[in-house]
Amino acid sequence: MSQNADKTLDHFNLFREPEYLEMFENKKQFENPQPAADIERVREWTKTMEYREKNFSREALTVNPAKACQPLGAVFAAVGFESTMPFVHGSQGCVAYYRSHFSRHFKEPSSCVSSSMTEDAAVFGGLNNMIDGLANTYNMYKPKMIAVSTTCMAEVIGDDLNAFIKTSKEKGSVPEEYDVPFAHTPAFVGSHITGYDNALKGILTHFWDGKAGTVPALERQPNAKINLIGGFDGYTVGNLREVKRIFNLMGVDYTILADNSDVWDTPADGEFRMYDGGTTLEDAANALHAKATISMQWYSTEKTMAYIAEKGQETVNLHCPIGIAATDKLLMEVARITGKGIPAELEKERGRLVDAVADSTAHIHGKKFALYGDPDFCLGMSAFLMELGAEPTHVLATNGSKDWAGKMQNLFDSSPFGKGCHAYPGKDLWHMRSLLFTEPVDFMIGNTYGKFLERDTGTPLIRIGFPIFDRHHHHRYPIWGYQGSMNVLVTVLDKVFDEMDKNTNVPSKSDYSFDIIR
Amino acid sequence: MSITAEETKAQITQETKARNRELIDEVLKVYPEKTAKKRAKHLGVFEEGKPDCGVKSNIKTVPGVMTIRGCAYAGSKGVVWGPIKDMIHISHGPVGCGQYSWAARRNYYIGTTGVDTFVTMQFTSDFQEKDIVFGGDKKLEKIMDEIQDLFPLNHGITVQSECPIGLIGDDIEAVSKKKSKEFGGKTIVPVRCEGFRGVSQSLGHHIANDSIRDYVFEKDGAKPAAFASTPYDVAIIGDYNIGGDAWSSRILLEEMGLRVIAQWSGDGSLAELENTPKAKLNVLHCYRSMNYISRYMEEKHGIPWAEYNFFGPSKIEESLRKIASYFDDKIKDGAERVIAKYRALTDDVIAKYRPRLEGRKVMLFVGGLRPRHVIGAYEDLGMEVVGTGYEFGHNDDYQRTTHDIKDGTLIYDDVTGFEFEKFVEAVKPDLVGSGIKEKYVFQKMGVPFRQMHSWDYSGPYHGYDGFAIFARDMDMAINNPVWALTKAPWKQH
Repeated sequence: MSQNADKTLDHFNLFREPEYLEMFENKKQFENPQPAADIERVREWTKTMEYREKNFSREALTVNPAKACQPLGAVFAAVGFESTMPFVHGSQGCVAYYRSHFSRHFKEPSSCVSSSMTEDAAVFGGLNNMIDGLANTYNMYKPKMIAVSTTCMAEVIGDDLNAFIKTSKEKGSVPEEYDVPFAHTPAFVGSHITGYDNALKGILTHFWDGKAGTVPALERQPNAKINLIGGFDGYTVGNLREVKRIFNLMGVDYTILADNSDVWDTPADGEFRMYDGGTTLEDAANALHAKATISMQWYSTEKTMAYIAEKGQETVNLHCPIGIAATDKLLMEVARITGKGIPAELEKERGRLVDAVADSTAHIHGKKFALYGDPDFCLGMSAFLMELGAEPTHVLATNGSKDWAGKMQNLFDSSPFGKGCHAYPGKDLWHMRSLLFTEPVDFMIGNTYGKFLERDTGTPLIRIGFPIFDRHHHHRYPIWGYQGSMNVLVTVLDKVFDEMDKNTNVPSKSDYSFDIIR
Repeated sequence: MSITAEETKAQITQETKARNRELIDEVLKVYPEKTAKKRAKHLGVFEEGKPDCGVKSNIKTVPGVMTIRGCAYAGSKGVVWGPIKDMIHISHGPVGCGQYSWAARRNYYIGTTGVDTFVTMQFTSDFQEKDIVFGGDKKLEKIMDEIQDLFPLNHGITVQSECPIGLIGDDIEAVSKKKSKEFGGKTIVPVRCEGFRGVSQSLGHHIANDSIRDYVFEKDGAKPAAFASTPYDVAIIGDYNIGGDAWSSRILLEEMGLRVIAQWSGDGSLAELENTPKAKLNVLHCYRSMNYISRYMEEKHGIPWAEYNFFGPSKIEESLRKIASYFDDKIKDGAERVIAKYRALTDDVIAKYRPRLEGRKVMLFVGGLRPRHVIGAYEDLGMEVVGTGYEFGHNDDYQRTTHDIKDGTLIYDDVTGFEFEKFVEAVKPDLVGSGIKEKYVFQKMGVPFRQMHSWDYSGPYHGYDGFAIFARDMDMAINNPVWALTKAPWKQH
């Protein structure tokens, strides 16, 4: 017996004790295990170019994808509005999953309800679930708005949200004038970023186009304000706060649409805030009159931005602005649209970032990176890597399109550091595994799931992405703007130096390079 | 006139009951009338001597209330099948279900992931619109071919149906049968665990159990186990090896002289499932999720099953003796030897933590067996469970619970977010034990919390080794300096 009360052994160490090792060995006789030689042979085979070719010729199977489904994005957008409860029409298990997923990433509560459709609803449709569900949510959680989206179940049976919500109002579930925007978000189309786009467009359409025919559509009366949309972003807490700081410094009059930076960062002060912050419903409606709207992640907002452009606003579409040039562009666009100058303070921040890059670039220059994530993140991160003199060798987006791959190629072509780099649209992390074995790189950038690739291929993982489950609090720090880029730079450098130390710490073998000054 | 301690206790119980009933009335006020009527049946105050907890259960969740429940897919893929390590479990349908449940349940196992074991991987058919319109059977066939090609050491495949499968009329049974034949009799299991079936995870457990019956036990040409039976062969049923729970349980069974021939399903393999009909006794931890297959093996193979509880020394002791009672003196002596061996450890643990935890009140809301099974462990530490409820329990769970709870305990079945928050606000427990969706709600409120599904990334909690960790963790949660800091000093009265 190894356990003791003084120094408790938990799963990290308990199972390495001899009694457990013996038990594991003994258990094998019942497992019909594959012969050790076969395991070794196949393990080695999965590292080969032959396996890579087989792997890349997959047509039907997806293994370890880097994407989630539409309604997750719809919930993400919905909680960005003042006192808004996301209501997902369909099976209830989905909502349990979204809530868990967000809570594991943000370490925050994540409120969302389901219409809990079951077999009878599959046969007869989910109208009654909508009628009862809206009434319950409205009474229990007293939201100012209920934003409806769908699971694939409701989509397959063809439930009509517009009609259902109308009927629910007639039945008195919620008052006639109560705001219930909606969006169909089928899980079998696109990914979580599509769901974000659809939900946000649904909310704007609701306010701007006459609340599903119940009031006259708003007439656009252009003003000097600008809107900003973040897109689906694991760093939303840090990023949107950083954007606000920048806008305030510039003296810009702005509206952040879908501002979920507060609801996913509430204090522990004795009170549970189901709702906190968010774009007010008034601001959401008035956002129509803005001069322009900036999207920080175009692939996450394609339809929304097209809709806004139709309304006569100028639209600026960015791709997750990380780095110096990308932030320059953001600021210059804001300055151009609003006529406000870029203050000296921001210019100083820029100078500090350039200074930091200059100080450290020698350690990143020429290093090869693999990275994966949402399409906009891949574009933004790759641009910054090339700015640092690094090579984004493999860039993979499971939810990336051919169009995205084209944009990636243009980006690679714009810099000598993009030479030989390749974009992989629609591929998954099992493809990435083959890439890392057959064309190794120095570092990998991605979400928590990358740790399996790090374990198998030895490629050090720098955790930037969504979701991050196994490191805490990074979502509180921005990755956009000069200061956000500084955070990214430091995160990358920390791993570079850690690896350097790890590779030079064997006494009398390699520790001559175990320098204290780097 | 002197008041005896018992009279005082009885009075406190009466007060608690009255308070709890008031509390229930209070929370019901928020609901529309129809919903209030429905929810009232799920909330209750336990009356000692009654055969159950006085609540209805395993009923459809009312829409829009923020249930904590999941779905049948979660019950099958997430709970029963997912941990079987040497098979590939296809999340069949759109990408999300498999993504959100990917490696999230801490079903520990030993193996070379991606080569001979696959638990922490996400295999999905990633349905697109065309698959919905034209059906996914052809795609599923191709997926199985590609699995065979790229993961040749897999021992079998399961098809975990997501919602659309049952709605678009796919014939996953035919595909599985055809491919099994083509692959020389490989075990391929179609599972009809679409998320809209049933009212919670629970039906998914049942469906998954049935699929093991139909496609593993009753499979044509099932091969005999590759070992010689002994009179002491047992199978662990209903332990998902969360944080290593099944391991810290298995070690005790083996130490008392039993031979564990299968683990269902944490760190389990297809061969172990196949072996199980050779067991002399099935020992069942999570009754809720695996009583079905235990009953089946009892009827079909005459294997008795015994429920046990490996949380906390009192229940472990009781359980070891109960399990031993099915065997001869060699095992009975073995059980006593194990109990004696670990007594020093548990004494040390209790001596260390009980003074720090004595009298602390706990509210639970969990799934499976835990709303009742962990109560003994808390009591071993001098703590008291004052409220409990099941995410997806049935009436037989609530009947069993009567043996573990005290008179007046607040009971909440399929609790809603609103109810749970209000109950905790009013009861003011020293600790809440529930899941990830609840954790941060209560921590914001300044209430210490432990996740009792994932052990908050700690564990194991089963067995004697696990109890030491359980005690440490509860102490760590409750006696954490952070809870004294939630109010700003200038705001404290």
